[in-house]
Amino acid sequence: MTITSLPQDTVLPAQERPRNIAELGLRESATFDRATIADIQRAAATGVYDIRGWGAKRKVPHFDDLLFLGASMSRYPLEGYREKCDTDVVLGDRHASRPLHLQTPVTIAGMSFGALSANAKEALGRGASEVGTSTTTGDGGMTPEERGQSKHLVYQYLPSRYGMNPDDLRKADAIEIVLGQGAKPGGGGMLLGQKITERVAGMRTLPVGIDQRSASRHPDWTGPDDLEIKIGELREITDWKTPIYVKIGAARPYYDTALAVKAGADVVVVDGMQGGTAATQQVFIENVGIPTLAAIPQAVQALQELGLHRKVQLIVSGGIRTGADVAKAMALGADAVAIGTAALIALGDNDPRYAAEYAALGSAAGYYDDFQDGRDPAGITTQDPELSSRLDPIAGGRRLANYVRVLTMEAQTIARACGKSHLHNLEPEDLVALTIEASAMARVPLAGTSWIPGAT
Amino acid sequence: MVTLTAPENLETTLDSFSVDLAGGTVRELNHALHDAADGQAWTVTNPEGKHSLAVGINADVSVTINGHAGYYAAGMHQKGEVTVTGNAGVGLAENIMSGKVHVHGDASQSAAATGHGGLVVIDGNAGARCGISMKGVDIVVGGNIGHMSAFMAQAGRLVVCGDAGDALGDSIYEARIYVKGTVASLGADCIEKPMESEHLEEVAGLLTAAGRADNPADFTRYGSARSLYHFSVHNSTSY
Repeated sequence: MTITSLPQDTVLPAQERPRNIAELGLRESATFDRATIADIQRAAATGVYDIRGWGAKRKVPHFDDLLFLGASMSRYPLEGYREKCDTDVVLGDRHASRPLHLQTPVTIAGMSFGALSANAKEALGRGASEVGTSTTTGDGGMTPEERGQSKHLVYQYLPSRYGMNPDDLRKADAIEIVLGQGAKPGGGGMLLGQKITERVAGMRTLPVGIDQRSASRHPDWTGPDDLEIKIGELREITDWKTPIYVKIGAARPYYDTALAVKAGADVVVVDGMQGGTAATQQVFIENVGIPTLAAIPQAVQALQELGLHRKVQLIVSGGIRTGADVAKAMALGADAVAIGTAALIALGDNDPRYAAEYAALGSAAGYYDDFQDGRDPAGITTQDPELSSRLDPIAGGRRLANYVRVLTMEAQTIARACGKSHLHNLEPEDLVALTIEASAMARVPLAGTSWIPGAT
Repeated sequence: MVTLTAPENLETTLDSFSVDLAGGTVRELNHALHDAADGQAWTVTNPEGKHSLAVGINADVSVTINGHAGYYAAGMHQKGEVTVTGNAGVGLAENIMSGKVHVHGDASQSAAATGHGGLVVIDGNAGARCGISMKGVDIVVGGNIGHMSAFMAQAGRLVVCGDAGDALGDSIYEARIYVKGTVASLGADCIEKPMESEHLEEVAGLLTAAGRADNPADFTRYGSARSLYHFSVHNSTSY
C-alpha cells in the first residue's frame, strides 16, 4: 500500500522531538498497530479498499518453525563435498508421453506478461534455462521472448483465456490449469488500466488503458467431473504428449488434491497463502486461504491415500525463500517447489538502491508492494518503457540462476546432513517442529517430544 | 486403430475418410485428424455423445459428425469446417480461432466460449453462457440463448434469431450482440444501441454466412455502456 498521510517531521522543532518513542513510555496497541491505523486512514481518505501485490504479510506458522534432525549415531550422513546428492525431478510422467525432466526441484511460478515487463519475463526464462528448470506463463498469454528464452515453459490455462491459442498450447512443455492461487483462493484478478499498454491490450483482446478483469471461474467447465473432461480435451489437442498440471490455492488441499488427481492431473500445484499476487485486495490476501505449511501434509495425505504419491507429482509454492525451505517442503512430501516473490527479489525487486524512488512513491525498499500501479522503480512490475529498461534481462537472468543454484545447494547441504543421496529421499521423519502450531500443521513432532497435536 | 473406410454412398476417393467410433477411439480420431492434409473430407459415425471430438484441427479439412457430440466438440478449432448433425454438449468450439463450426441441433452451455475468431453456427438453441468471454468469434444462433450469454464478451459478434435469457451481455466489453426476439434482462453495463446502416450490413453478412434468411431490420443491437471500464468505488452497487 501507499501511505496517505506522511509523518510531519516539521511539526515539532528538532530539539523538542523525542529521540526514542519508547523512552516516553508510550504504549502501541497490538490491536491498532501503526499499519492498522494507516490502513484505516487510507480507507477513510480514499473510499477504496487497498489493492496490492505480494502475498500474506501477516506472520503465520511457516518453515521457520521446523528443524531438521541431522544424522548422528543412528543415521549416516553423506560427505558434504564428496558424495553425490541428486536434485533432478521428473514432472508429469503419469499420462503424458513427454514429461519434464528438470535439474533442480526449484521451478519458477506463473507470472504474467502484463503484470511483469517483457524484460522481466525474459530474465525469468533465461535464469530458469541456465539452471535447467521451468518457468511459467501467466494471465496474458505466451510471449515470444519467454518462449524463446525458456527451455522448459509451462503454459497456464486460466479462466480469462487471454491470449490462449492452440499453437502456443502445442509449443508448451506443460499445461497448468489454474483454479486458484494462494494469495486469493476463490478470486479472479484485476490489472489496472495504467498497465494495459498497446501490446498487453492486444494480447488480451481489450481496449488500451482500461481495467482488465480476470474471471474467477472457468468459462466452460464447473466442478471436478467437468474438469476431467476438460483435461481430456487438452490431452486430445496435444496428442497426450504434454503434462497437465492443476494449480490450486490452498484452502481445502486434501479434497482439492484428491479431486484434481481423480480428474486426471499429472501434477498438482498447491500454493499457500504466502504466495504472491500482482494485484489483489489486501483483505483477500490476508484473510483467505491457509499457510503453505498447513497445506502440504493435507495434499500429501490425499496422494498417499490414492496410492499416487510420487506418481502424481506435488509442487508446493508460497513463501519459499531458502534451500532450507526447499528441503522442508520436500521432506513433507513435495516433489518440487515454485518461487515467485523470491524470484522477483532475485531480479532486483525491492532493491535498496532505489530507496529514494520507493520513498517518493510513499513506500520503502523492503516494503514496496504496489505492483498494480505499474511504477515499479526496479522495472519489473511495470509496462513503462523507461522503467522496464532498467532491468537488463541477461544480468537479471544471471542473478536468478545464481539464486536458484544457492537454493539447490543449500537443500543438498541439509539432505546430505540427513544422509540422503537425493532430495526426494528427505522425509517427515527428518523433521521436528519448534511450536505446537507448526507441529499440528506439519504433522511432525514437537522438538524433544514424540507429540504431534491431533495425531498422537 | 482407426479403420479408414470409404463413406457409404460416396464415391471412394483418396480425400474421403470415414471413422466409426463404435469401434475406434476418440484418441485415434483426433490423432488422425491432426495428421490430415488440406482438402480432405472426414465423416465420423456413431459419435454417441463422446467428448472432445475433432478438437485442435489445424488443417483445411471438412469433418462431419453424424449424430450427437459431447463436451468440447471442435474445441480450439483453427482451420476447415466441422459439422455436427445432431446436438452438441458443453463448450462447443471453445476457444475457436478461425474456420467454421456448424451444429444442426442444439448446443449446451458455453458454446463458443472464449472464441478468438471464426464462425460458429447453431441452427437450434444454445444454453447458458453462449459466447462467454468471446474474443473475436462470430456466433449465429437460429433459436434462443440461455442466461448470462456474452458474459465479459470482449470482441466479436453474437447474432440471436430467437430470444435471449437473463443478464445478457453482463460486464461486456467491445463485442456486439444482435437479438431478433426478446431479451429477458440485460446484465451490468449492457445497453441497447441504435442499428445504423453498418450494423444492418454486419447482421446481413453474418446471416448469409450462416445460411439464414432472417431480415436484418428485425434485430436490435446491444453492447457496452463502457461505464465499468475503470474501477471506481462508485460502481460498487453495479455488480
